Amino acid sequence: MAEHEEHIDEMSSHLAPAGPAILAPGHTFATITDKISAVVLSRDTPAAWLLATGGFGLLMMWLLFATAYQLARGIGIWGVNIPVAWGFAIVNFVWWIGIGHAGTLISAILLLLKQKWRNSINRFAEAMTLFAVMCAGYYPVMHLGRPWLAYWLFPYPNTMGVWPQFRSALVWDVFAVSTYFTVSLIFWYQGLIPDLATLRDRSQSKAGRIIYGILAMGWRGSARHWKRYDSSYRLLAGLATPLVVSVHTVVSFDFAIAVVPGWHTSIFPPYFVAGAIYSGFAMVLVLAIPIRRIYGLDDFITTKHLDNCAKLMLATGEIVAYGYIIESFMAWYSGNLYERYMILDRMGGKYSIFYICLISINVFFVQVLWIRRIRRSPALLFLVSVIVLAAMWLERFVIVVQSLHADFLPSSWAMYYPTFWDITQFLGTIGLFAFGMLMFIRFLPMISIFEIRELLPEAHVSLQEVD
Amino acid sequence: MSQVFHRSTNSISRFTIFGALFVLLGLAWVGEQIQRSPYVNYMGVAQIQPVPFSHQHHVGALGIDCRYCHTSVESSSFAGIPPTKTCMNCHSQIWTNTPMLEPVRASFRSGNSLVWTRVNDLPDFVFFDHSIHVNKGIGCYSCHGAVDRMPLMYAAHTLQMEWCIDCHRNPEKNIRPKEQVFNMEYQPPANQMELGRRLEKQYHLRSVYDLTSCNTCHR
Repeated sequence: MAEHEEHIDEMSSHLAPAGPAILAPGHTFATITDKISAVVLSRDTPAAWLLATGGFGLLMMWLLFATAYQLARGIGIWGVNIPVAWGFAIVNFVWWIGIGHAGTLISAILLLLKQKWRNSINRFAEAMTLFAVMCAGYYPVMHLGRPWLAYWLFPYPNTMGVWPQFRSALVWDVFAVSTYFTVSLIFWYQGLIPDLATLRDRSQSKAGRIIYGILAMGWRGSARHWKRYDSSYRLLAGLATPLVVSVHTVVSFDFAIAVVPGWHTSIFPPYFVAGAIYSGFAMVLVLAIPIRRIYGLDDFITTKHLDNCAKLMLATGEIVAYGYIIESFMAWYSGNLYERYMILDRMGGKYSIFYICLISINVFFVQVLWIRRIRRSPALLFLVSVIVLAAMWLERFVIVVQSLHADFLPSSWAMYYPTFWDITQFLGTIGLFAFGMLMFIRFLPMISIFEIRELLPEAHVSLQEVD
Repeated sequence: MSQVFHRSTNSISRFTIFGALFVLLGLAWVGEQIQRSPYVNYMGVAQIQPVPFSHQHHVGALGIDCRYCHTSVESSSFAGIPPTKTCMNCHSQIWTNTPMLEPVRASFRSGNSLVWTRVNDLPDFVFFDHSIHVNKGIGCYSCHGAVDRMPLMYAAHTLQMEWCIDCHRNPEKNIRPKEQVFNMEYQPPANQMELGRRLEKQYHLRSVYDLTSCNTCHR
């Protein structure tokens, strides 16, 4: 037995050369399957889950009510007006869609780069992507004013004889976001199939066997199944890889192709993508840290995972900081009067408090992640991640609102103030997101069972034999 | 533990997943057809009117010019619905006792207008002007169809935007010499495209870019 454990330790240290392992020692195929599927199949629901579902469910109900009220009254219930016509709706859209990016990066790019540690966090990160994109998609549709005509954005043979304006970044958004959602959904679902079959086979109830059975699509785990599964999973990963950069690039075009000072810059695409991944990893940590605590999954989501996520956050955070520096530098270097005014107003104008907050967090505060002790302390890392999420929200607020509120014509300058509905709808989307995640945790395996099994040395050996 | 699903489930699943594609395509096709059907656009649907006025009789058989009744068509956005007095010009002399025309006589006695049901009804967000079309050589026939052969009035076209914009993109297909605008018998010549392009220049039509600008019709 001791010899066996030694062997596992040796193998895990081979997989993860430095620091703690990505899988706690002592696990076998059976213990991994038991532990993860028990969360779903158990009749005992943790009190924390019930409490959270109740609270976030109420918030989601509020979103439903606010949406109904808005459909009846129009977007006049929001604080948007000329000149700040974008307001909270677009701030929240960009924030939510950015959060989704970490999921795609983990599932696609880290898969192709053979980063084994992704196996423990890819499943719930992908679910996070899906719910974040839903929350994101809500806003531009409601912001249309007549959301029931949203299908006009799609090119279909309509009786108007016109196509959508393909030169508009807003139409690019429709394609970018809907492709993103579709690919993420298929990728997530395909990843679930072998685990759904496991749940089907282990479920004690007839209903469970039927529901998981239908969802598992007849998966039997034969060698032929696995071969096809593997090639299509990699193909999908290849398809999803460009989406990691393309979606937020297109979102940044909403701003960058406009002439408004503070938007019209070529640094936007890379800076937005980095910001998206930065906030996405913050959200992964915000979700992972309580989940591993409540469900006792420290064996699978180890401090190594937290450490890696924190490092990625730090790296992308530095790119974002570089973006801020270049933005200010270009305002000075361009010699453009309006650009200069915009950046001075950003730093010292009426919205400067938000800019100062976001700079002090995203440029200075985030440097605490250089300290290993913080990267490996769940509680501190959770705190840092929440602060980073707030700062990234402020960043989008500053970009959208501060740039618009004072553009070329001083006669049209005006302040923007969110209304009660603006703020509570945003809380409502947080409710929708969290409620979706909670449902996912309860009814689907939140950690990929078969991919964790692949981390065991046994799996490693047998895979080589098949080859 | 016994199998939950019978073997046949495999075939049924494949069939339904494959079949769903066709069902979805079929639904899309049905939706598209409904949007273009008379159920939605009233093309070819004769409306019930207070008096069964026949354009076939008055225009086709008697040869009354369009402008005798629709007096403002050349100078106004609205072609004009004739007052009851126009009807009575003739009908005070002929068919004076027919019950069919009693609503007309009643209107004349009381001074209350006849309330016709509008047949060619554009949405209110469309700015349409009859005079510009008539003065640039678009015949009545091009939009209203063979009115001289309609016993009861119906819309000859869908009046949907794709129909409007088709002509705005290619006006040379329908443009005719100005003196032929009210001629219901006019047949486009074999060299219509060539004639159309010549008339476009002669009548100083705005460019297709202007004609298809949103603001041309939606102001």
